[in-house]
Amino acid sequence: MSAPELGTTSLLRYLWRQLTSMRTALILLLLLGIASIPGSIFPQRTQSPLKVRQYFDDDPVGAKWLDRFYLFDVYGSPWFSAIYLLLFISLVGCVLPRSFHYFKEIFKAPPEAPSLLKTMEGFQVIPTSLEKADEWFKKNRFRISRTADSIAAEKGYLRETGNLLFHLSLIVVLLGIAGSSVFGMRGEAIVNVGERFINTPTNYDNLTPGRFFSLESLPTFTIRVNNFSASYDEKTSQALDYKLNVTTKESPNSSEVNQIVKVNKPLTFGSTRVYLQANGYSPLVTVRDSSGSVKFEGPVPFLPQDSNLSSIGAIKVPDMDPQVGFVSSFFPTAARDEVRGGFSSFPELLDPRLLFSVWKGDLNMDDGVPQSIYRIDTNDMERIGLWALSIGESYSFEVGSITFNGVVPWVNLQVVRDPGKQYALIGSILAITGLLISLFIRQRRIWVKEVGGKLEIAGLALNKLPGLEDEIAKMIKEIGDQK
Amino acid sequence: MSQSDWAYLSNDLIYVALALYALSFLSYTYETAFSIRANKISGDKHLDRSITTKSRKVASIVFLLATASLTLAVIARGISAERIPLGNMYEYSITGAMTFALAYLIIGLKFDLSWLGLPSSILILLILGTAITLLYRPSAPLVPALQSSWLVIHVSSAILSGGIFLLSNTVAGAYLWLDRVERKGVRGEFAKRFPSLESLDQLSYRLVAFVFPLWTFAVISGAIWAEAAWGRYWGWDPKETWAFITWILYASYLHARVTAGWKGRKAAWLCLIAGSSYLFNYVYINVWGSGRHTYSGL
Ligand code: HEM
Repeated sequence: MSAPELGTTSLLRYLWRQLTSMRTALILLLLLGIASIPGSIFPQRTQSPLKVRQYFDDDPVGAKWLDRFYLFDVYGSPWFSAIYLLLFISLVGCVLPRSFHYFKEIFKAPPEAPSLLKTMEGFQVIPTSLEKADEWFKKNRFRISRTADSIAAEKGYLRETGNLLFHLSLIVVLLGIAGSSVFGMRGEAIVNVGERFINTPTNYDNLTPGRFFSLESLPTFTIRVNNFSASYDEKTSQALDYKLNVTTKESPNSSEVNQIVKVNKPLTFGSTRVYLQANGYSPLVTVRDSSGSVKFEGPVPFLPQDSNLSSIGAIKVPDMDPQVGFVSSFFPTAARDEVRGGFSSFPELLDPRLLFSVWKGDLNMDDGVPQSIYRIDTNDMERIGLWALSIGESYSFEVGSITFNGVVPWVNLQVVRDPGKQYALIGSILAITGLLISLFIRQRRIWVKEVGGKLEIAGLALNKLPGLEDEIAKMIKEIGDQK
Repeated sequence: MSQSDWAYLSNDLIYVALALYALSFLSYTYETAFSIRANKISGDKHLDRSITTKSRKVASIVFLLATASLTLAVIARGISAERIPLGNMYEYSITGAMTFALAYLIIGLKFDLSWLGLPSSILILLILGTAITLLYRPSAPLVPALQSSWLVIHVSSAILSGGIFLLSNTVAGAYLWLDRVERKGVRGEFAKRFPSLESLDQLSYRLVAFVFPLWTFAVISGAIWAEAAWGRYWGWDPKETWAFITWILYASYLHARVTAGWKGRKAAWLCLIAGSSYLFNYVYINVWGSGRHTYSGL
């Protein structure tokens, strides 16, 4: 038996060589394509969490099995990451030695003619001289190497350059993507019209920093949301335009700038950009206890459910005793029919109505589990009322009253810092340029050899693109002695 | 003319185009059927396309007129909406059919494509028929996410690529069918009208090699746009995922041809598979899919 150490190292070396071969890289790339399919079939948690929940409600057992195989988190799953990581290693392991190889190749003279030209492509024997062939090669800008009785000529070295470019740029792309995820951040914040967003961690509704992004380095800009206008098609409710007016400050002591944000026009602060993501309504309410003192006052963001902005929301008043919550719906243009009951028939505020049921008891807000701001856990509560209000109206219940004062729109701002994106973009453009060059530039060799006063000609198409035979025919036509 | 007049004009022109393509389809069918003559005495059949020169000419002129009408319909649709007509699936489909027809005509200037006239007119009839009956939406302004000059760049390169992918798929399909015929024996009289396997193979390869860079551009411009509109350049949205898969499949096709020397049957199959992933992306994700590319208006 061979020594185990030798066995392991040679096995490792063998595996490494397999992993870093071009073939493996290609197979992994294909595998990555196949592995990305399930993510387009099953709803993904990162994109549509509500649909995933629906899946669990409809078929709990099936969904659990799907979840075991990460089919709701395909692009973050261990197996997807494994392919991605292997591809990365394979590319780096393949690219660096290859780049070196290609780099040398670019400057190489063509190898000497094989001893038997007869077996090569387009073989012919013609009556002419070596000198004429030499001249023809030079005129057509072939790179040549000559011996006493033969010439080897090669053209299309750009293909190697393309190859080199492709492989090196891929690393740039991968580094760009990695850079974004470790040095970048993204977060979202709901801001009511009239309020100011100050870029500090506590003002976010959710915030995902990259591993090496320190929250202290959040740029210190502020955005005051002055006005938000949305217009809709009167017949179809389709949105026609969203326009957000803001006043921004780069840092606490820089001057104020008025700006307009649109869906395709984000705000830019250095490498951080702020996008207008979504919009909805916040009803303004005042809640008083039975003695008439104000226990809650202000706008409450509601979550839109459809294109007419029918919204759901929760008004929570933990400061009352007992605690009170309102499980609510809001319709900007209230309508009613047999099938749907109450609903909204248009997204603008034509006839706003706030519907709610009133609950008293324990809101369960102190047990440390983060709660949705749109829902109320009514397990420990008792329903004590049900009503609908128009603007200006009030409703009194057992332990207090609620007044519906008006409505302000809210916008969802998405803040993204993506420092690697330029590298990813430039890298992918260069990589694809390289790929196209290496796929479409014909690299070919032509050899001529003097045998008994005549010339043998043959060639080799290094990438199997057609055209070599025609080229040889043309060469023969131009240099052959017409005897 | 008012905007709705333009919209009506566009609809009328689509119907005119539909009628003309149907006429062209009939002439091609006539040409196909009557170019095969039976010998009166022996009963042998043989192909003689010189008999049907006239009907072939009629068919191709009618095809040209149909395409002109379709092109005008697309333009009128754009004028009625005051934007490029690429805002919902009805518009993608009529524009896609137009690019397919134009690609067929332009390539027809260089190669004789009259053998492809019959399948092409059938395909266009199918696309336009589906568009009118199932996908039609009145002319309307764009949703805010699409109000960007990237719409023109991204969507027109994607749809243009689609038209040409469809053409190369038709050619690859013809290849596979003729390949089967030839493996069983010699070509029958009907199959004789088609060019040699070799030239079909070359033609479908050339079409792919031509659009692949355009397709790449469509995907990259999508990513640039996504960065501006959605705040990320890549997010594995279903449409993005399938664009990636299609890209990989076509890249494998080119790679297999150039470095591994694939040709003929294997290459034609790979071409068909790659083209199907494009079609799947177009039909399935637009109609039943989810994600952010939900602009089909369905
Ligand atoms: C990484 C980003 C993107 C990729 C890879 C991508 C990919 C594609 C592909 C492959 C198509 C082709 C047609 C089809 O097969 O259906 C397409 C069409 C389209 N894209 Fe994108 N896209 C991206 C971003 C965007 C963005 C940001 C928008 C708009 C805000 C957009 C709007 C459209 C529209 C309107 C179409 C037209 C037709 C259709 O949906 O089929 N795309 N995109």
